[in-house]
Amino acid sequence: MTTYSQVPPAVAEERVGPDANAKVGGTRRRIARRGGAPLFDSSERTLMSGFERRKRSVRFTLFAINALLLIVLLVAGLGPIIWLAKSAITPTQDTLRTPMEFFPGGTAWDNLWKAWVDVKISTQFLNTIWVAVGSWLVQMLVATTGGFALAILKPAYAKVVNALIIGTLLVPSVVLLVPLYLTILNPPLIGHSLINTFWAVWLPAGASAFNVVLMSRFMGGLPSEIFEAARVDGAGPFRLFWSLALPMSKPILGVVSIFAVLAAWKDYLWPLLVLRDPAIQPLSVRLPTLQQAIELDVYLAALAISTLIPIAIFLIFQRLILRGAGLGGAIKG
Amino acid sequence: MSSTTSRQRVTVVTRLTRWITGGGLSTLTFLLPLLLIFGIFSWWPILRAGVMSFQETNLVTSQWVGFDNFVKVFHDPSFFIAVKNTAYFALLALVFGYPVPLIGAVLISEVRRLKGLYTALAYLPVVVPPVVAVLLWKFFYSGSATGVFNTVLGWVGIGPQPWIQDAHMAMPSLVLAATWGAAGGTVIIYLAALTSVPPELYDAAEVDGAGIWRKLWNVTMPQLRGVLFITLILQIIGTAQVFLEPFLFTGGGPANATLTILLLIYRYAFQNSLGGDYGAATALSLMLAAFLAILSLVYFQATKRWSTS
Repeated sequence: MTTYSQVPPAVAEERVGPDANAKVGGTRRRIARRGGAPLFDSSERTLMSGFERRKRSVRFTLFAINALLLIVLLVAGLGPIIWLAKSAITPTQDTLRTPMEFFPGGTAWDNLWKAWVDVKISTQFLNTIWVAVGSWLVQMLVATTGGFALAILKPAYAKVVNALIIGTLLVPSVVLLVPLYLTILNPPLIGHSLINTFWAVWLPAGASAFNVVLMSRFMGGLPSEIFEAARVDGAGPFRLFWSLALPMSKPILGVVSIFAVLAAWKDYLWPLLVLRDPAIQPLSVRLPTLQQAIELDVYLAALAISTLIPIAIFLIFQRLILRGAGLGGAIKG
Repeated sequence: MSSTTSRQRVTVVTRLTRWITGGGLSTLTFLLPLLLIFGIFSWWPILRAGVMSFQETNLVTSQWVGFDNFVKVFHDPSFFIAVKNTAYFALLALVFGYPVPLIGAVLISEVRRLKGLYTALAYLPVVVPPVVAVLLWKFFYSGSATGVFNTVLGWVGIGPQPWIQDAHMAMPSLVLAATWGAAGGTVIIYLAALTSVPPELYDAAEVDGAGIWRKLWNVTMPQLRGVLFITLILQIIGTAQVFLEPFLFTGGGPANATLTILLLIYRYAFQNSLGGDYGAATALSLMLAAFLAILSLVYFQATKRWSTS
């Protein structure tokens, strides 16, 4: 806690915004050093004052509410996931007869193996990773180069491009569904259909206005003196991009990256439309079709395996994800 | 006079070289990925949606048909069912889903020990891939006496429910599952907003003798008003486009009880054995987009008047 002597923690953590960039490097390091400390500093003042908290009646009620809240959150938030984990290694008959009991007839660990090898969930698993990695690369390329050009190189037509990008935020994604599908069927410049290729998912993922706005706002907030000094020293735009803008944008790159990967993992309708061949479908598209075809216990094991990576990513990058989620609200607003 | 002569001297070629040496070309190179990707996969499809809604299109030819697609959609008996169901879904999602994250966030922000654990637990359902969540809940909703939810209901003496197999219970069941998957994201937004309420306001209210409830109503809520307005309209826009839950839970059934607008668009375009009716699909999606745009405009006008008064 002592590391926060100057910057109030709430403020420091909020600072994913560009204006704070000069401090961002330091803040990130400090956050990392804090390790297992709670998400928000507990010394900050909220609705209730310390005086009120110390009152006996309040203290008791507050304790009861907190305990109840924890139970509700455990049941609602963790409960279904625990149930899935349990049922993944329970024989079908036990899950059907007594779904709320833990292993009445022993465990069936081989469900996981069957799902992975016999049902070939491994293929879909790798496809999902492939979809996520490719989408991430395209999004990174578009957002970093575009954000850099719009925020730092600032051509005369930057305003027009910016307006066009923000304009797409106002169009609900459903409007794009059919015309984008036809574009993938018959894309310009390429000449042959992209259906059943990963490009059909990768390329449209790059057209994320949210990413570009985040990137260009962040880069626009970087101290311009640094870029001017580098220009005076003879650095060209590529040097500015690679050696200054990119390294200084690490905090926002992290946020954008994690959300890109998680979004690729979540996507359903679009890959369903353009990846018709089961051999290249990601998990989300394949799982609903498995339901009828395989044993219930193996099916639940497949669901559990599909949840593993997103939950692991969340546990590892919890702080970054939760900060980014709050940030998402701010940008949308 | 000198300006005219200089203007004559600046030919296209010299202007181009000047633009290149001035960095114009490298700037454009940096913008190229963005322009290509947005151009092909965002701007062009949006324009094309506008054109296609007035055309009868199959994959080979397209023909101009005026407002026929819109008329056709209006005359489809499924259209009003879908509109009604989508509105019902949005309404239920507001009733169930809107207060829950707010109450959750206010309570979590008062937690002092293990706050990170509370926050993480609230956000955990958001991390579960939506398809997995829906398939899991579909199993929970099993109508048999030994279904997961029916077993739990049995503990408190309630008989087995049909859940998604019943036309009346199907939609609330879908909303419950959707709320489970979405509430955590809103909790995080509110938590961030709660930390930015200036502490001096609470101090000042206490000096005036305000208790916990007074502070909640007179300080916290007014400070959250802006965020609350925005999450409300964002939730309406989101639920108006609900697809995954009705598609995977019920496929629109039973008896079209969960047929939503997006499901209808999907049916028009991709579930027709005779080839997609792309014109009707884009016409319906544009109608939905126009409705949402008008709704947002009216909404922001209305809330602007409220917040200034």
